Amino acid sequence: MKNKKKTDVLSAQELYLKTHRRHHHSITCMRIILLLSFLTVWELCADFHIIDSFFFSSPSMVLSCFVSMLADHSLFLHIGVTLFETIISFLLVILIGILSATLLWCSKGLSEILEPYLVVLNSLPKSALAPLFIVWLGTGTDTIIVAGISVALFGCIISLYTGFHQVDKDKLKLIYTLGGTKKDAFCKVVFPSSIPTILSTMKVNIGLALVGVIIGEFLAARRGLGYLIIYGSQVFQLNLVITSIIILCLIAMGLYQLIQWAEHLYRKKR
Amino acid sequence: MNKPILKLQNISYSYHSLSGEVPALSNISLYVNQGEFLAVVGPSGCGKSTLLSLIARLLEPESGTISFQNPDGSLNYPGIGYMLQHDHLLEWRTIFRNITLGLEIQHKMTPENLAYAEHLLAEYGLKKFRNKHPGELSGGMRQRAALIRTLVLNPDILLLDEPFSALDYQTRLSVSDDIGNIIRTTGKTAILITHDLSEAISLADRIIVLSDRPAVVIRDLPIRLTNYDHTPLGARSAPEFRYYFNLLWKELSHEK
Repeated sequence: MKNKKKTDVLSAQELYLKTHRRHHHSITCMRIILLLSFLTVWELCADFHIIDSFFFSSPSMVLSCFVSMLADHSLFLHIGVTLFETIISFLLVILIGILSATLLWCSKGLSEILEPYLVVLNSLPKSALAPLFIVWLGTGTDTIIVAGISVALFGCIISLYTGFHQVDKDKLKLIYTLGGTKKDAFCKVVFPSSIPTILSTMKVNIGLALVGVIIGEFLAARRGLGYLIIYGSQVFQLNLVITSIIILCLIAMGLYQLIQWAEHLYRKKR
Repeated sequence: MNKPILKLQNISYSYHSLSGEVPALSNISLYVNQGEFLAVVGPSGCGKSTLLSLIARLLEPESGTISFQNPDGSLNYPGIGYMLQHDHLLEWRTIFRNITLGLEIQHKMTPENLAYAEHLLAEYGLKKFRNKHPGELSGGMRQRAALIRTLVLNPDILLLDEPFSALDYQTRLSVSDDIGNIIRTTGKTAILITHDLSEAISLADRIIVLSDRPAVVIRDLPIRLTNYDHTPLGARSAPEFRYYFNLLWKELSHEK
């Protein structure tokens, strides 16, 4: 009797898992169908001259553009440059962001003094600064990395600092009752409990770093996907522009997934 | 046995904010003897926690003195162990790394101290949870782990700031029984803050009643319960229990 009941429970669980999996599959299927139908409609519209493929390109033209760029290896160069610049600015943003937020957490006075400046720098459209960076640093990788950093940094500092401040005050009191110093409070409680905040800030900032790098490449580059987009639009090679945009989409998705994977690893470890 | 380990004389403390000064404690004098279990009761928000923060030297009194007689005869301030309202076990650390947090902070991770931590874990039945995370423990066991975290530093005085108030009633009875026993058998001096009169009567040797804010001491009441087995339920059925309860109830209601 007991055994039978157990199998009943199991099968109910299995049923639940099956429904769950089916739901999951159907969502994935719908996503793929949506993408394929969009591509098909786009291709057909171009083929039957409903839209002008000179301006709007078409999936097949994008594909042939992609293949020809693969063949002359220029694609890897441009993707590599953009990826490299994005990752460097992202890492610098996270590093400088954590250090600055720590400094602000340590000194209440400093954070009060700097608050309005941080707010202004955060809401300033960073693309307005790009011409300045070009004048100061020339047209090279440095400028583009600085542009990437400038877009993400201030928001990163503000959200990390807010995260550090939302740590349970009683947990800090615990550290002080155990005879700890402010440094102990930071290392044992504030930092470890802010790791989820740091990871979610990273998710936002990898995207923002990419935005900054593309803005930089629009204005001051001879290589990279941002350069390809600007170059393509100037010579009316819209295949090139659209191919680059699609690759950008893939890069953005890949980078986001990378951090989500790191977050997953962290959760699993706990 | 009957030597005061800690003496507070005319302690006052106020909180300051832009909207004004809020006096929390006014002219408080009290003492606690070596090995004594003292309970402090009073209306909520009367500054009981402030009192503990002052004793733990997290705050400095505005006036008055705190004098002490260190049991080992030295001139150092006695070791203070502070148990807060919630266990505050750190979720990202295992139970063992949680209970050695104080040792880690005070740079006392010696083999002897670590062995003592292991011993306490085994003694209080948490050995098999050594490498588990706090989320896997029940409320009572978490509170016990928090007590071990305090005991492992070998404090002379334990400060208990309503350590059972976050637990449900049943767990609360068994945990207060549990922790009361541990404190009695180790012979630690303890100061318990609570607003639960039954809890105070069943655990303490002496009860201090504080008034509403600004708190002053309105009663110093020694508790003598006869024929009970040192459990909270046993204490509640002792003949004197009702008498003490009514007495304390009246004192506190007079205040209001």
